[in-house]
Amino acid sequence: MASIKYQNIYNWLDERVGLRSIEELARHKQVPRHNRTIWYYFGGMTLFLFGIQAVTGIFLLLYYRPTAEAAYESVKFISTEVHFGWLVRSVHSWSANLMIAALFVHMFSVFLLKSYRRPREVTWITGVILLFISLGFGFSGYLLPWNKLAYFATKVGTDIAGSLPVIGGPILTFLRGGEEVTGATLTRFFGMHVAVLPMVTAAMLGIHLYLVQKHGMALPIKEAREESQGKTIETIPFIPDFLYRDVIGWILALGILVFLASIFPWELGTKADPLASAPAGIRPEWFFVFMFQTLKYIPAKILFIEGELLGIAGFSLAGLILFFIPFLDRKSNDLKDNRLFLILGVVVILYIIVLTILGYSS
Amino acid sequence: MSRLKLILGLIGAISIWIGNQSAFSDTCLQCHLELDSSPNSPAVLINNDIHYQRGLSCADCHGGDPTVGYKEGDPTLAMDPGKGFRGVPSYDQIPEFCGQCHSDVEYMRKIEPKQRVDQLQLYWTSIHGKNLKLGDNKVAQCVSCHGVHNILPASDTRSPVNQHNVPKTCAKCHSQANYMASYKIPTDQYDKYAQSVHGKLLLERGDKSAPACNSCHGNHGAAPPGLASISAACGECHGLNRDLFNKSPHKKPWEEMGLPECVQCHGQHLVLSPNDEQIGTGKDSYCIQCHSEGEAGYRAAAQIKSSIDSLKMKITRAAEALEQAEKLGVDIDDARFELGEASNGLTEARNKVHSFTPAIVAEVTSASLAKIENVQTVGENRLKGLWHRQLGLLFSSIIILLLASLLFVKMRTLDKKRKNKTQN
Repeated sequence: MASIKYQNIYNWLDERVGLRSIEELARHKQVPRHNRTIWYYFGGMTLFLFGIQAVTGIFLLLYYRPTAEAAYESVKFISTEVHFGWLVRSVHSWSANLMIAALFVHMFSVFLLKSYRRPREVTWITGVILLFISLGFGFSGYLLPWNKLAYFATKVGTDIAGSLPVIGGPILTFLRGGEEVTGATLTRFFGMHVAVLPMVTAAMLGIHLYLVQKHGMALPIKEAREESQGKTIETIPFIPDFLYRDVIGWILALGILVFLASIFPWELGTKADPLASAPAGIRPEWFFVFMFQTLKYIPAKILFIEGELLGIAGFSLAGLILFFIPFLDRKSNDLKDNRLFLILGVVVILYIIVLTILGYSS
Repeated sequence: MSRLKLILGLIGAISIWIGNQSAFSDTCLQCHLELDSSPNSPAVLINNDIHYQRGLSCADCHGGDPTVGYKEGDPTLAMDPGKGFRGVPSYDQIPEFCGQCHSDVEYMRKIEPKQRVDQLQLYWTSIHGKNLKLGDNKVAQCVSCHGVHNILPASDTRSPVNQHNVPKTCAKCHSQANYMASYKIPTDQYDKYAQSVHGKLLLERGDKSAPACNSCHGNHGAAPPGLASISAACGECHGLNRDLFNKSPHKKPWEEMGLPECVQCHGQHLVLSPNDEQIGTGKDSYCIQCHSEGEAGYRAAAQIKSSIDSLKMKITRAAEALEQAEKLGVDIDDARFELGEASNGLTEARNKVHSFTPAIVAEVTSASLAKIENVQTVGENRLKGLWHRQLGLLFSSIIILLLASLLFVKMRTLDKKRKNKTQN
């Protein structure tokens, strides 16, 4: 009796939504199995952590108040008065950082496995856009608790943008909502964080996931070459085998998040005071530290150009190059090893790690 | 609008012109500027002088007629003793010279009604004034401290008698060993004061609530406070301590023994920040300088110290507990407020030490101890809440690990099944 009812509902839905075709797709989706399959899990991990961000973010929205007068107090209220507020807030902060870390691992693994090659160029580009959006999430979210460290880090961060010639001034005013970091800055950072960025993310993520679905998981160059020579590459079904593995990873990530949030609750610090002097050791979020540290090392003037400007120009160029990676690496499209890109990837990873360590030890 | 601006501009221009005319129709200034226009000449210095700015000029002190002499080319016309010219007063004449106006109630009321008029009277009661009368021209009189020709009001921070500058002004003479040799008094007062809690506050932090030399010694009537009036001098600011001391069992015997009250423990110019080791029966205690083991005073000192120490220890422990809870993300604002109140109790208890009565000190420390107990309970309860969190974490970790293990087993089974399928 029950199965007849279920079948009826299924048929009703299938007629309207096309459940059968989705089921077919899911049943036939295969994931290649080789010794680098592990890197496939980081995209899903990033997505899972993003989901955590969305859910905890919505909970935080119930109590958060985006004004200079009330922001700090509302976050304090969440952490101390609201039932499990401390957990939600701490998980949100920890998950944000783990998500960026997973995102970096995902991007570099895709880069080193050359998964961006034809026909996945657009998947790569949407991924890079999602990376920048996530950094935007990090930058805007950092200010929201309106504590001293975040206030001055935002001041320094926006100052850097403001130092650009011609467009620097308008960018600074746009970001800050005036000359200084004030309640107006907080309100617009909040707007960006909870409305603009999530909307753009939804669109980009939709395209990104659709493309991943359309093209399937990319094979590393070696395996792709072997496949083109007629060798069969072992695969596992996406459902349920790969999904089981994914879910195990997610559950463990959730465990780690709860552990971090309970044992190392995210500190709130002291309330921002625009009239106070800047505290020692102002530092942006860890994922910006390598850029911040680079700007510190660049001399004040190189020839006739301001050192800082040159640094910003360098990073902007690097960001631009990142978008066009699939079009610059022609060799990988022909399934040939590209040693130059491999070295480039390793050097960039080492650079980011070393500069981040230097940033924290200085 | 533009007409109003024009009228205001004209009024301004006319006022400046009249002002210049009056300055340059003063024979004294005209001649003396011609004779010496260097920055330190009286005719230049007088521009900043409060008397000049209030409309007085050279002749108002030195006499004579400033309206004649310059045009005629004969300065003696202005400096005519017949017209009251007095010239430069001698060193010992200066107090009376200034006092002519500053002791004249009627005159001062017209110019500066709030200004006191007893400076000269006080000066003659001071050590300086008394010695001057005896013919000692080394002692300070008005200009020694206030300057001459560029006298600024005491409220002006550039004035040598501004509170911030008083210690250095007094030190000009009192720190010079050679100059002071004949008086046979120490010359290290400034050095000691500069290191003292008062000196550091005033000289380093610019805190005007801290005393300068004149706060204890008086200014125009400067004299060392007598033995019996030390607590009165210190009590100007430390009133509570003075009252406690005056009612304390020390007051009478110290008076009889000629001990200098506050100075006996805290020192004179080198008053250092007090600490708890100065009370009780430890090696740094002041109490044991007079009281020996077995005496009632010795026991009282030990009891007072014990009350303060136990409160201090409890406050430290409670603060540590709160700090630990705060680090772990617990809100302790209310408990911290209460801790602050208990800490105020510690300060009050330290003040009550001046009663030298264990019961009075214990009364304050007991009240604060009750508050601290409360803080401690709040802190412990909050930490208990944290323990619940950790318990919750343990449970959720077990569930998570269990779930992950089950999935892992399921995954392995699926793998095996598929492998068997392929082999078959």
